Amino acid sequence: MPTKAIGTVDLDIEICKGCELCIKVCPVNVLEMSREFNTIGFRYPILLDGCTGCEMCALICPDFCFTAIYRNIPNKRAAEIQ
Amino acid sequence: MPMTKEQAKEQLKKVWSLPKNSVNLGTHHMCPGCGEPMAYRIIGEIIEEMGIQENLIQVAGIGCYSALDVMMQNDRINALHGRAPSVATGVKRMLPDRFVITIQGDGDLVSEGIAEAVHCAARGENFTVFLLNNMVNGETGGHMTATTMVGHKTKSTLQGRDAKVHGMPIKTAELLAQLEGTAYSARGSVHSPAAIIRTKRMVRKALHAQRDNLGFSFVEILTMCPTGWFMETWEAPQFMEDTMTKYFTLGEFKVPEAVEAAA
Repeated sequence: MPTKAIGTVDLDIEICKGCELCIKVCPVNVLEMSREFNTIGFRYPILLDGCTGCEMCALICPDFCFTAIYRNIPNKRAAEIQ
Repeated sequence: MPMTKEQAKEQLKKVWSLPKNSVNLGTHHMCPGCGEPMAYRIIGEIIEEMGIQENLIQVAGIGCYSALDVMMQNDRINALHGRAPSVATGVKRMLPDRFVITIQGDGDLVSEGIAEAVHCAARGENFTVFLLNNMVNGETGGHMTATTMVGHKTKSTLQGRDAKVHGMPIKTAELLAQLEGTAYSARGSVHSPAAIIRTKRMVRKALHAQRDNLGFSFVEILTMCPTGWFMETWEAPQFMEDTMTKYFTLGEFKVPEAVEAAA
């Protein structure tokens, strides 16, 4: 039986500029924009339950808000960066 | 009882992290939704993977991305507008053991200094040129460059670019691939995660070509500029996929066999 992917992200909301690219690219729709603003005056993404740790948001983010991705199914690179 | 985020993280493995050794994290001053920081991060990841950040000299042109130079943790020179390949030629000839890259935009490389790039490719100089093509002069606020699509409205072509008046956009990667001195020429994009992964492979092959002294290597990276295109940030990747990648075909145009085998 295939294992269900469970993941989470480290998110630095203070450097987000609210471009919403991560919202559009998330395949399981677990990111949504906040109604509050961060200190530089932009809305930022909030992570809901159900993240699979697929790295898509981290790849597309132009402001490097996603600093690390965690997942229960490790990839080839996981051994190098532990 | 559901686990807290910290408890969950202990059971999970870190599968991705930013290239902290080669990229200086912190706020940069690009507009929201800009594609250039993504292109810089791809290049930084490959630099870190090859372990060459201590041994690399970056020559930058003039454009928005000139402000991004503080993000990279390597030696750098800022060249005159369009003249980065000539500066890089001098650096590489004096210091042949270093890696030399230039990062230039389309207003810099194509509009202002295409002769420099063409002659460097013809001479087969052994360095890598990265062209960040967003088809407008982003730093001036969205004016036409030589790579603006036909029909695209910019601040200097209010009715859209007219092929009879302004000519057709220049396909730089195909142009440089025709020259004998070019070892590697490709075009990637940053509009989607899949395109980013493919572009990363192209950047790796280009730097491997330089490591193996094969000659001039060139990667054109299409980037978004929602500010210069006058659209919302989340519409820009779709616009790029629908219009820009139809004319500027993504792919590799010249791959030496030695690089293909190594990568």
